[in-house]
Amino acid sequence: MDFRRTMRPTELIREPIDPSFLLRAVAFFFVAFGILLGASAAHALTPEQVLAMAAGDSDARSQAIAQTAASGDPAAQAFFQALLDDAVRVAGDKVYVVRDDKVSEAASGAAATLPEGAEEVINSNRLRRELDSAMASLKLLSADPAERRQAVRELRDGADESKLPLIEKALSTETDVALKGDMGLLRAAVLVSSSDKARRLEAAKLLAESRTPATKALLVERLKPGVEPEADVRAQLVSALLGVESQLAWGERLGVIFTGVSLGSILLLVALGLAITYGLMGVINMAHGELMMIGAYATYVVQNLFKAHMPDAFGWYMVAAIPASFFAAALVGAALERSVIRWLYGRPLETLLATWGISLVLMQGVRSLFGAQNVQVENPAWLSGGVDVLSNLTLPYNRLAIIAFAVLVLVGVSLLIARTRLGLFVRGVTQNRKMAACVGVNTARVDTYAFALGSGIAGLAGCALSQVGNVGPDLGQGYIVDSFMVVVLGGVGQLAGTVYAAMGLGILNKLLEGWQGAVLAKIMVLVFIVIFIQKRPQGIFAMKGRSAEA
Amino acid sequence: MSAVMPGTSSTSPLSAPAGGLLTGRMWSLLLAFVLIVSVAVPVMNLLIPADSVFHLSDYAVSLIGKIMCYAICALAMDLIWGYTGILSLGHGMFFALGGYGMGMYLMRQIGRDGNYQSDLPDFMVFLDWKELPWHWALSDSFVGQLLLVVLVPGLLAFVFGYFAFRSRIKGVYFSIITQAVTFAAMLLFFRNETGFGGNNGFTDFKRILGMPIATPSMRMTLFVLTGLTLIGFFLFARWLVTSKFGRVLQAIRDAETRVMFTGYDPLKYKLTIWVISAVMCGIAGALYVPQVGIINPSEMSPAAGIEIAIWAAVGGRGTLIGPIIGAFFVNGAKSWFTQAFPEFWLYFLGMLFIAVTLFLPHGIVGLLRRRKEEH
Repeated sequence: MDFRRTMRPTELIREPIDPSFLLRAVAFFFVAFGILLGASAAHALTPEQVLAMAAGDSDARSQAIAQTAASGDPAAQAFFQALLDDAVRVAGDKVYVVRDDKVSEAASGAAATLPEGAEEVINSNRLRRELDSAMASLKLLSADPAERRQAVRELRDGADESKLPLIEKALSTETDVALKGDMGLLRAAVLVSSSDKARRLEAAKLLAESRTPATKALLVERLKPGVEPEADVRAQLVSALLGVESQLAWGERLGVIFTGVSLGSILLLVALGLAITYGLMGVINMAHGELMMIGAYATYVVQNLFKAHMPDAFGWYMVAAIPASFFAAALVGAALERSVIRWLYGRPLETLLATWGISLVLMQGVRSLFGAQNVQVENPAWLSGGVDVLSNLTLPYNRLAIIAFAVLVLVGVSLLIARTRLGLFVRGVTQNRKMAACVGVNTARVDTYAFALGSGIAGLAGCALSQVGNVGPDLGQGYIVDSFMVVVLGGVGQLAGTVYAAMGLGILNKLLEGWQGAVLAKIMVLVFIVIFIQKRPQGIFAMKGRSAEA
Repeated sequence: MSAVMPGTSSTSPLSAPAGGLLTGRMWSLLLAFVLIVSVAVPVMNLLIPADSVFHLSDYAVSLIGKIMCYAICALAMDLIWGYTGILSLGHGMFFALGGYGMGMYLMRQIGRDGNYQSDLPDFMVFLDWKELPWHWALSDSFVGQLLLVVLVPGLLAFVFGYFAFRSRIKGVYFSIITQAVTFAAMLLFFRNETGFGGNNGFTDFKRILGMPIATPSMRMTLFVLTGLTLIGFFLFARWLVTSKFGRVLQAIRDAETRVMFTGYDPLKYKLTIWVISAVMCGIAGALYVPQVGIINPSEMSPAAGIEIAIWAAVGGRGTLIGPIIGAFFVNGAKSWFTQAFPEFWLYFLGMLFIAVTLFLPHGIVGLLRRRKEEH
C-alpha cells in the first residue's frame, strides 16, 4: 500500500522536519477537538473533523472516522462517500471535494477553487473497509427500512465495539420487527467479542436464539482455542452452538427433500410423456429428449415475440408459452408418427435406432436454426425470487411452480386417459388392437393422437425446464437416460408407477448427492436401478393384461 | 417386446457351406485381403514415393486402420445382435475399456518424458498423487495390460450378462439397461478421482515396447496387426456361426422359448456369445488407442455405443461381411462429411438411421443380394 503519499499531503515534504510527525500531532489535536464538536454540532462537520479524516497517518484517520461515525451525524455520509470515491483533495489544512469538475470545501460545502499542489487523498484497504462500515453504521439510522436492512447485512461481518452505541441507538428506535431481530443479533455479534466478560456471557445467550448460518460461523470462530478465555462463557457458547446447529440441520434436511422433490417433479414431467409413448404404446422413443428441446425452444421463441411486440405483457409470456410448447412438440410428434414410427410398430429395436436417428436430425436442425450456443430464456418476474422458510432454506418460486405444474399435468393426463373418449380409445388400442379395430376405432388415427399427446407432454416438460436450466441443442440428451430409468423402474403402462419412481429417484438422487457428490450419486442410482430390475423386471408395479406377455 | 426380428432369418446363412468354413472362392478372396493388408498397403505407403499415383498417404493409412478397429466392433455387435437378437448399446464401453487398458500401458511408457518429468503420468502429478493407484499395478507390463484388455471387458460382460440373462431381461429393456450402464461408466471415467485422467483421458503417448510410437514403420506395424486381427476375427466368427453353437444362437434369436422347450439352456449360449463379443470390442479398443493416440471418456458416450449398432445395421445384420462393409461405409462417409460439410454430417447420420431401418432392413448386403436375385 502506498502510505507515503497520504502522509505527504502538501509541499511540506521539502521541509527538514519529519512531516508525518508534525501531521500526527496536528491530527491528534483535531481528533480530540472533533469529539467535543461532534457531540455538540449535530448537522455539520467542522473543518477540523474533516481534516482529521482526510490527512494524517492511517491510525489517526481511522480513529477520526470512527468518532465521526459514532456521532451518527448524517452529514458525514456524503464525505465518507467522497473519500471512498477518491474525490477528496487536501491543500495545506483545507480539504476539498471534487465532484464532476466542481470543487467545494468539504466542511461547509461552499464552492471553491482548487489551489495549486492540492494532493489527492489515498486510502489504504483497511481505511476503505472502515469507511464502508462507517457508512453502513450511519445507514442504520436511515429513514428507509431497505437501507437499514442493507446496513445490518453489511455490518454483520466486521463490526466492532465502536459501532455498539450506534447499533443500540438504532435498536431503540427500530419499529420493523424482523429488522429489530436482525439488529439484536448484530448487537450480540458485537458483544460476543467485547472485552467485558458479562457482556460476552449475555451475547452468548442472545446468540442461541439466532438460527442463521452466519451465527454458526461466528460461534465456531469464538470457540476456536485461545479466543475465549473464560470457561463459563465457553460453555454458554457451546450450548448456543448446539442449539443453532440443530436448527440449521432441520433447514438442511428440508432443503435436501425439497430439491429432491423438485428434481422428482422434473423427472415426472419428462417421464409422463414417455409413460404414454413407451408405456402405453410400446414405442421406444429415443427422440423424446429432443421433443422436450423443441418445447423449450418454443418457449424461447414465444418469449422473444413478447419481448419484441408486447414488452408490457412480458410477465405473461408463460401463459402463451405453455400451449405453444405443447403444440409445437405435439405437431412434430404427429409428423414423426405418420412418417417413421408407424412403419416400425412391433419392431422395438428398429424403432430405437430410427428414433435415435430422428433425435440426431432434430438436434442438428435446432443447431442450424438457432445456433449451437445455449439461448437465454428469462424467468418472468413473478417466477424469480423465493419464499424464505428458514434462515438457510429458501424455496425458489420457479421450482415451486414446476412442482405445481407437474402435479397439474399429471392430473390432466390421468383424467385424459381415464375419463375421455380419446383415453378410452388409446387404452383400447393398446390392450387389443384388432378388437378395437373391429368395433370401429380408427386405430391408426388413435396411434397418431396418442403419440402426439406424449410428445406434447414432452414439450411441456421442455417449457418447464427452460425456467430452471440452460436451453440448448443438448437439452434432451441429459434427461433421456434418467427418464427411461423412471419408466422402466415404475413399470410399463403405469402412471402411478411413474409417479412413485420419479419422486423416489429424485429424492434418492439428492440424498446420495449430499453424501457422495453428484457423479457418484448418479452412478449409485443407476446401479441401484440395474439391480432392482434384476429382482423385479416388471418395475415397481407388475403389469397386467396383454402387454405383460411381451 | 420380443427380440424376434422378422425377416432376418430368411437371409442369414443358416446352412453351413459344404466342405468347410468357406468356399474355395472365398478362401482366395480372404487370402487376397491378407496380402493387401500385409504387403500391398505397407509397400504403397512406405516404399512408393509420395508423388506417385499409387502412393497411399499416411492419412489414409491411419483412417483405414481406425476404421478396421471399428469394423471389429461392428463384427462383435453383429454376433450379439445379428445372430443372437440381443441389441447391446454398451459395446462402446467395452471398446473404451480395452482402449483404457492399452492406454494405461502407453502412459507408463512415457516414463519421465512428460511435461512434469515425473515417474507418474502427468495427470497424477497434476492431482498431486504420490504413487500409482492400485488398479495401475500391472501398468508397467505389456503382457499384464493385454491380459486386462481381455479380462476387464470379459469379466464385466460376464457378471452383467449373467444377472441380466438370468432374470430374462430381453429386447429393449436389455438395450436400455446396457445404455444406462455405459452412461454410468462414462460418468465414472469423467471423474479425476477414478484415476483415468478424467476429461482429458490419456494422450501424448511416446513409445510402445520401448520403441517410439509415432514413426511410419510403427504405424504400419499396428495397421497390419489390426488388419490381420480383423481377418482373424472374421474367420473366428465364421467358424462360430456355422458351428452347432452358432445355429443355437440363431434359433434363440428367432424363437427363444422354443429353444428352451427343446432342452437347451439359452442362458449359457447368450452369456458365451455376449462375453466373446465384449472381448472382441476390448481388443479392438486396444488396437485403436495406439493408432489414434488418444482415449477419453467420450468413447463411452451413449451416442458412441449406438453408432456401433448402426454400422452393423447399415452393412447388413446376420451376415458377417455386412458389418465390416457398414463400418467402412459409415465411417468413410463420416470423415468425408466432417471435412466437406461438417454441419450436414448429423443430418446424414440421422437420415441413415431412419432410412436403413425403414427401407433397408438387411442393409447394403441385403440390397446387393436382392439385385443379384433380380438379374
